[in-house]
Amino acid sequence: MLWACVLLPHLALDGVLRRRANHDPLVLVDGAVNARSIVAVNAAAREAGLRVGQRLMAARALLATFEALPCDHQAADRWQRFLAAVAYRYSSEVSLLPHAIVLEVSRSLGLFGPWPRFESMLRADFTALGFRHRIAVAPTPHAAYVLAGVEDGQAVLFPDHLPRALQAVPTRKSRLPAAAIEALSGMGIRTLGQLLKLPRDGLRRRFGAELLQAIDRLLGELPAGLDSYRPPDVFDLRIELSHEVENLAALVFPLRRMIGDLAAYLAGRDGGVQRFTLRMEHREGRATEVKVGLLASERDAGMLFELARGRLEQVQLPEPVLGLRLVARDLPAFVPAGRDLFDERPANALPIEQLRERLRARLGDRAVYRLGSTTDPRPECAQAVAESAAAYHEPHPRPTWLLDRPIPLRGPAPRILAGPERLETGWWDGAEACRDYYVIETSLGQHAWAFCQPGERSGWMLQGWFA
Amino acid sequence: MGAVVALSGMLDARQVWRGRAMPVPAGEQPTGWAALDASLPAGGWPDAALTEILLPADGVGELSLLLPTLARLSQGKRPVLVVAPPYLPCVAGWQQHGVDMRRVEMVAASDADVLWATEQCLRSGSCSAVLAWPRQADDRALRRLQVAADAGKALGFAFRDRRHLPAASPAALRLEIEAAPRSRVWVRKCRGGAVPSQPFLFPRSLH
Repeated sequence: MLWACVLLPHLALDGVLRRRANHDPLVLVDGAVNARSIVAVNAAAREAGLRVGQRLMAARALLATFEALPCDHQAADRWQRFLAAVAYRYSSEVSLLPHAIVLEVSRSLGLFGPWPRFESMLRADFTALGFRHRIAVAPTPHAAYVLAGVEDGQAVLFPDHLPRALQAVPTRKSRLPAAAIEALSGMGIRTLGQLLKLPRDGLRRRFGAELLQAIDRLLGELPAGLDSYRPPDVFDLRIELSHEVENLAALVFPLRRMIGDLAAYLAGRDGGVQRFTLRMEHREGRATEVKVGLLASERDAGMLFELARGRLEQVQLPEPVLGLRLVARDLPAFVPAGRDLFDERPANALPIEQLRERLRARLGDRAVYRLGSTTDPRPECAQAVAESAAAYHEPHPRPTWLLDRPIPLRGPAPRILAGPERLETGWWDGAEACRDYYVIETSLGQHAWAFCQPGERSGWMLQGWFA
Repeated sequence: MGAVVALSGMLDARQVWRGRAMPVPAGEQPTGWAALDASLPAGGWPDAALTEILLPADGVGELSLLLPTLARLSQGKRPVLVVAPPYLPCVAGWQQHGVDMRRVEMVAASDADVLWATEQCLRSGSCSAVLAWPRQADDRALRRLQVAADAGKALGFAFRDRRHLPAASPAALRLEIEAAPRSRVWVRKCRGGAVPSQPFLFPRSLH
């Protein structure tokens, strides 16, 4: 067993920062209303001298203008669950620890490559999503959790090396029970190495079974006792905008983030999305909904974003938008399009599925279609929008253009090239037709397919062109 | 600027660059009409380029001219796209010419969107040929289509009215169809060679 731990030290702040495009000073505050203190600062605020732990009042004295948002613990939990869904892509065993995600990787290494490559893939994913992180790998989840807290990038790949790697870890970073840590430092025990040398009997008498259990979990003598994470079956992401947005252009940035998150979530469960809803929330619970539907299940972030934006551009906003919510319930399996080794298309070609979706997004859902023939002999009913055509071969000449409905053909008497072909049919549905069809040539040199009443050779009705 | 310089002297000193037509790869996209292929410098349609077809009216054989090509392309991997046709393509008629209608996709677009859709299709690189009937196309729009066809390695066909003939066009090939008194196709412009002086006599059959 080998466990990777992704520690997320700035979960709440990153969750806020990632949906803003500007870099103005910003802090998160927590605590009672009259004694608020800073719990997280962004880079610009740190440069101005704001520190974690400062009172908000003191910070206001240091810097005139900065944004202070309440620290939303529920939002941080949501982000952690979302990131667990992303990590689920790499392992079926994912668990949550405070401010961290652990995942079992020994069986995934065969698929994703050796640990250094695996680690860089994990890092790339979390960096792309905008979450700062520290990663460590160890034979037990708790050891990985501890090592990630000490130093970024530690890798202990063999159980035999674990005790040595833990030797130098200070006890205050060992994530053992807090009461025990305080007492141990009073006893002069400052590193885990010193602690592990102490006789177990003495530790049990002094600290009870709890500390020994924690040590055993750390070393892998006891099962880790973690609950496995299961990704949800519905993707539901909501963000609140920092101000009222009146034009759609300002929604593009948060939208791109949300679609990116959706794509990461879909990659995590190896699925795709076929339909999703964008809800633009207004005041007092009113909302504008935009439904995005696709022909097939997809999960490419760039494509989904382009489609969503295409749909969004057609919307008229009745009032300012306060929040944006993306709900995807229809999450079928994703089947990647087969690629041909000897593909004759140019290298940067857009797949035909994406082209179809792009056209549909702007021109309407029914804008791209194929025609297939039916078995009805009447020209008006002889073809329909269809995926497959009836395998019927018409022996008589048929034009290449067909008019929606016949129109009178005026002008001098045409020259008859072929005909007549009698069509007498349709008695079963009331639209009975009895016509003599001819191929004629007009004075302009056009070849037309026209009909007249049986036996007559006048009153031509134009049905199509032999273009 | 006083002195008169002999042109021959400059030519000998290689100070004047004499434009030469780029060699055209031949025979990649035959039209299916042997006589027409023979008169075109590329031995067929200019590949990855826009072809403009000028018509006196609808129904003068503009599709018959293309159908052998479409029949051949519909057997390939990339589909044929028909953007905003003026009438409904008749399935039975196209099939009689050997076109596999499962590989032909229609795109319904309003007049304002026709050029956008055509450019998207051409540029995508996943269409073998794109047929379009642009009504509001100017020189710039056609140039965009020409560039898009080049980028997407597709055959672009723009059908326009004959009254646009006097205006210059960036299309690589311009054909004019004459219906009366006889069916003839004139090559009005072709990249990479001299314009043939004789028209192509266009046999019109019903099948």
